[in-house]
Amino acid sequence: MEKSARFTGVTKPDEVTRPPRKFVRYLAAYLFSLPYLILMLAFGIGPAIYALIISFTSYKNGRPQYFGAGLSNYSKAVSDFRFGSAIGNIAQYLIISIPVGIFGVISIALLLHARQGRYTDFLRTLYFVPGAVAGPTAILLAIFMFDPRLSPFAPLLKAFGFQTITDVARIQNLPVMITLIGFFSGTGGWVAIFYGALQGVSRELLEAALIDGCSAFQLAIHIKLPMIYRYVVFMFILTFAGHIQLFAEPLILNDISAGNTIAGPTYSPNMLSYFLAFSEGNFGAAAVISLLMVLVGLLGAFIIIYGTKFYKTDATVAS
Amino acid sequence: MRTMFGIGFGSWWKEQQLHRRRNGLSLGGTIIRFVLLLIFALFFGLPLLWLVLAPTKNENQLYNLGSISFGSWGRIGEAWDHLLGFNNAAILSWITNSIFYTISAVILSVIIVVPVGYVLATMRFPGRGLILTLTLITMIVPGSALVLPLFMELSLVNLVDTPWAVILPTAFFPFGVYLAFIFYATSLPTDLLSAAKVDGCNEWKLFQQIALPLAVPLLGLLAFLSFNANWNNFFLPFVMLNQDTMYNLPVGLATLAGVTPALHPELAQTASPMVKGDLALVGLIMSLPVALVFIFAQRFIVSGSLAGSIKE
Repeated sequence: MEKSARFTGVTKPDEVTRPPRKFVRYLAAYLFSLPYLILMLAFGIGPAIYALIISFTSYKNGRPQYFGAGLSNYSKAVSDFRFGSAIGNIAQYLIISIPVGIFGVISIALLLHARQGRYTDFLRTLYFVPGAVAGPTAILLAIFMFDPRLSPFAPLLKAFGFQTITDVARIQNLPVMITLIGFFSGTGGWVAIFYGALQGVSRELLEAALIDGCSAFQLAIHIKLPMIYRYVVFMFILTFAGHIQLFAEPLILNDISAGNTIAGPTYSPNMLSYFLAFSEGNFGAAAVISLLMVLVGLLGAFIIIYGTKFYKTDATVAS
Repeated sequence: MRTMFGIGFGSWWKEQQLHRRRNGLSLGGTIIRFVLLLIFALFFGLPLLWLVLAPTKNENQLYNLGSISFGSWGRIGEAWDHLLGFNNAAILSWITNSIFYTISAVILSVIIVVPVGYVLATMRFPGRGLILTLTLITMIVPGSALVLPLFMELSLVNLVDTPWAVILPTAFFPFGVYLAFIFYATSLPTDLLSAAKVDGCNEWKLFQQIALPLAVPLLGLLAFLSFNANWNNFFLPFVMLNQDTMYNLPVGLATLAGVTPALHPELAQTASPMVKGDLALVGLIMSLPVALVFIFAQRFIVSGSLAGSIKE
């Protein structure tokens, strides 16, 4: 990384003195990037701008009247009684899932790192593999794991007083259930990242602290944790922006029993947006909620890029 | 025997003690660490084990045989036959679709991403900073935030309910561009580039004969990351595709879960009812290929996805 930084901004003299070649070089750069730029415009920036337009659009007899709605879609979306409850649900879920996720990942990474060897390598892989069980598979698997009559965790479920799946599958349990699903398939990847970061902590520093009588616990809390603090901030922002997009889990958990009886069709903002668009044909209000979700993502992106400087953009190979 | 055991155990114990001290762990700390790691191992391991075993059991065995137990090999064939019986073997088209959508997205995204990463890393040109910043932004904003706006946009150009509606948006792979950019910025030997330029290589030859052959490990990582994201993609195909013959496996699995009596007892009157073991088999078909890559290429994947971030 350092090597490339050293070369940043180096320009060769002939670049300045021979403008025709420079033009050819620019042309090459643009041709190489053209397909990507088209895709970015069509599928990265385009949809967001189109949603912005739709959010001001009203429909008459199925025909869009661009900018004909003024702010009415906004007021409709925000004053919809389902909007408030969707925000409430997502807030409940975020309040549980983010601390559990971050605390869990930090604990596992520190526990594994406290003493390394073959067993910890095996465990790291074991924790990582559920990442392959993603999306609907993980959700379906969870439905079976939450069923006290099927689950290997049955003793635990029964200890909490759950006898059948209908005892578990209640709307007030959803935030915890979805947190567990996400924790199951999402933790291993983050543990691997945090573990990698911990490998970067200098061995001499850790040994010096041990000689000074530091215990493994003190080492973890006072030396290792501050060293990986940036990664915690990074994970917080990414999981916040990701978890707020909740869609598939409540949708598929609805299948535990017939009809949308557990989460309902408008449990999360994205579900509400989907429902408004496809069941009520209200694309304007749906676009407003989608824009809100994009906005949260953008906010996260700006904090990561300009606040944490987690990614670098100034590196070039001299040429 | 007794003394031999005594000596063996004694020296083992001493060695463990030494190892513990070297890491600053007390005996109590070691035990607490062991117990916690074991609890996590059960949390992650038991569902995996259940999923692998479930297709070998019929409905009765699932409830009565004990949750972690083996039924019979024959039951897997039965489960597969059940699945084939659903909607004229829709499962076969879901598998083909999944492979087709995923492979197309992987090939397109890798072909498009590598040249961009290369020029971003090797040239300075007007607009370079803008492309990089937009790449970072679009890679951090979760793709699911854009699914509904994408639907509205694509229905405008009549692409909804075609394979393109799933393939083209996923061929846009900004994280891949960033990885390719970092890869070339850190591992392209500058001497090689300038030497080749002196020899009269043009930009295309430089890329094709020097940069591309260097990128084999990068191509592997990009292909895997793109494969994983698209293989498990649910939200986008769920919104874009209406006909069930066009679904991919994730959407198909969700459909199965919704219409089979496995989860709805009141549907059990169907002639050949789908049961939980059948659903588990679909889940297993979906996750096994990815899991194998995860196990054998873990180090590679992790170091690759970390390559983007700066170390302090």
